[in-house]
Amino acid sequence: MKPESFWHIFINASLINNFVLAYFLGICPFLGVSGKKETAMKMGGAVTFVMVIAATCAYGINLLLIAVGAPFLQLISYIVVIASTVQLVEMFIKKMSPALFRALGIFLPLITTNCAILGLVLFQTNKGYGFLESIVYALGAGAGFTLALMLMAGLREQLDFAEVPEVTKGTVLTLLIAGILSLSFMGFAGLGG
Amino acid sequence: MSVPAKTKTGFLDSLEKSPATDIFLKGLWRKNPTFVQVIGMCPVLAVSNTAENALAMGLATAFVLLMSNTLVSILRFVIPKQVRISCYILIIATFVTMADYAIQAMSVELHKALGAFISLIVVNCLILGRAEAFASKNTVETSVLDALGMGAGFTFALFCLGAVRELLGNGSLFGIAVFPASFQEWVVMMLPAGGFFTLALWLFIFNAVKRAKQNKERGKALP
Repeated sequence: MKPESFWHIFINASLINNFVLAYFLGICPFLGVSGKKETAMKMGGAVTFVMVIAATCAYGINLLLIAVGAPFLQLISYIVVIASTVQLVEMFIKKMSPALFRALGIFLPLITTNCAILGLVLFQTNKGYGFLESIVYALGAGAGFTLALMLMAGLREQLDFAEVPEVTKGTVLTLLIAGILSLSFMGFAGLGG
Repeated sequence: MSVPAKTKTGFLDSLEKSPATDIFLKGLWRKNPTFVQVIGMCPVLAVSNTAENALAMGLATAFVLLMSNTLVSILRFVIPKQVRISCYILIIATFVTMADYAIQAMSVELHKALGAFISLIVVNCLILGRAEAFASKNTVETSVLDALGMGAGFTFALFCLGAVRELLGNGSLFGIAVFPASFQEWVVMMLPAGGFFTLALWLFIFNAVKRAKQNKERGKALP
């Protein structure tokens, strides 16, 4: 595999293969907390933070597991790292900003089961990224997640005032918008070669 | 898979009287994880591009769900309350690793097609949700039934999506061509966007059916 530049990795993770719109990772918070722009922004920040820490730890763990010859423990150790990081972030947010803590609600502990984070860690291992590459990849994925969440929140804020048929309200409408967003993100394919 | 057929032909009311079938049917239809509860969406959208992938994914998830529900239910008096979520996750991760290696042993091709999404069963909210909401509070037998129902409901939903997407996007079903060669493939359906659109369509149908049923009942009650 030819080495990719950092910029390339970043663009690839955030735009071309956007985690939400191309890989369908992290759909639950995408549908759940994308009601308001402000909450979406902060959720994106929290997820990006967890992603970077998880990616860093996973890199170390992967080296360790290969050294002791126990790759079947990969999944279990990754999920433990992610769960601990989320716990840390949760305590931090609770202390620093109780209002944000309430706004994120159940979706904060649910970052643990956010597939975007585990997905990121698994992809990073599969692609054989080095230490710095992993961090850039995590930042790109986080930026892409935040971007998708923000776009969705903006659109949904507008749609609160729109008149739509009763049956399509809620999840159906959100999914339709997500489909259109996903289509438009396909326009980024080929960017960066 | 004879049960889904039964639910459609209106045996529902007579079957629901027994509690065991009630628990099973709840997962399959009334509280279908995908169409009604809308949880565990990531794999639903990601691997439903062909009917075969969808079915394999559904069965793998159902297996993990069954095993984890059983074990969580057995251990429900042993696991301390404070660390229960971590314990559940560890149990689930163990079974997912098993499923991952089993699929790889059975069919390398399938393993490649599903990719990282087999490992991602770990973070399927459906499994953790059932462990927390059902298995940790109920007996082993009912937990097994619940897992079977939810697993069947999940597989059914995945198959619904996969079939539509493969049919429209590739003109085939389980790799067998259905439409004549002149059929113009609807490529969008195979792309990520198609997943969103197809799911929106199914949810729309479900909502419409539910609404029609409610209106009918209201109409009956009023006069």
